[in-house]
Amino acid sequence: MIDTVLFIICAIVAVVCGFNLVLQKHPISSALSLIGVMSSLAVLYLLLGAEFIAMTQMIVYGGAVMVLFVFVIMLLNAGSEKASSKSWFAQIAGVPLLLAFVGILAFLIRGVLPPLGTVAFGSWVGGTAEHVGQLLFTTYLLPFEIISVLILIAILGAVVLARKEID
Amino acid sequence: MGHVPLSWYLVLSAILFALGVAGFVYRKSVITVFMSIELMLNSVNLSFVAFSYQLQRIDGQIYSFFVMVVAAAEAAVGLAIILTIFKNRGTLQIDEVDSMKL
Repeated sequence: MIDTVLFIICAIVAVVCGFNLVLQKHPISSALSLIGVMSSLAVLYLLLGAEFIAMTQMIVYGGAVMVLFVFVIMLLNAGSEKASSKSWFAQIAGVPLLLAFVGILAFLIRGVLPPLGTVAFGSWVGGTAEHVGQLLFTTYLLPFEIISVLILIAILGAVVLARKEID
Repeated sequence: MGHVPLSWYLVLSAILFALGVAGFVYRKSVITVFMSIELMLNSVNLSFVAFSYQLQRIDGQIYSFFVMVVAAAEAAVGLAIILTIFKNRGTLQIDEVDSMKL
């Protein structure tokens, strides 16, 4: 019972914050809405038994990435965006196409996929740091090393792109 | 017993992905477009973790971990690009950055 209530609350918060992200004019409002989406998704990961991923979500996304976003918004003093002309196709067909997209996906999930089970909180806790770490450092060792090189390249790229030209 | 069907998680993921697409297409500020991309990545992570629960395997969670790492790297590089755009052009409106438009 309690996990149904928790799921519904978090799903509503996530969807409302997602709508707010799309509808707000000011980037800082969008950033705060995105933090709301990420926090409620972390709770959903916990309900699905993925403890390590939930903590990583809060630390990496809710912490590091969003601080970076808010920092850049403050640094650039980004104001509200100006309204500009949209194409007639986007104005007429945009929302119906998106609704059709969600409808088709929901139909595929409910109708075409083999019957999925239900989620009971605590019935499967496979996502502890121990289990994830064990798989990450045995089966997925090579992707892990490659991705650490990718992080290094990204750091170098960010430094090169954002540095001041010193003559 | 009020257990949540797994398909609800997948439908929520689809809704969040569609919202991300809408933000990506409709918004005009570079930073908001970038945040919409993060929203799409997050919604895909949710369905990875949901399928990981369904199959009772951790592989899906490892993939969502990799998605998170790539998204963090992408955020660092993308925000540096946004800084450079602002330094060179003094604007964050995405339709004013059109020097490659024919």
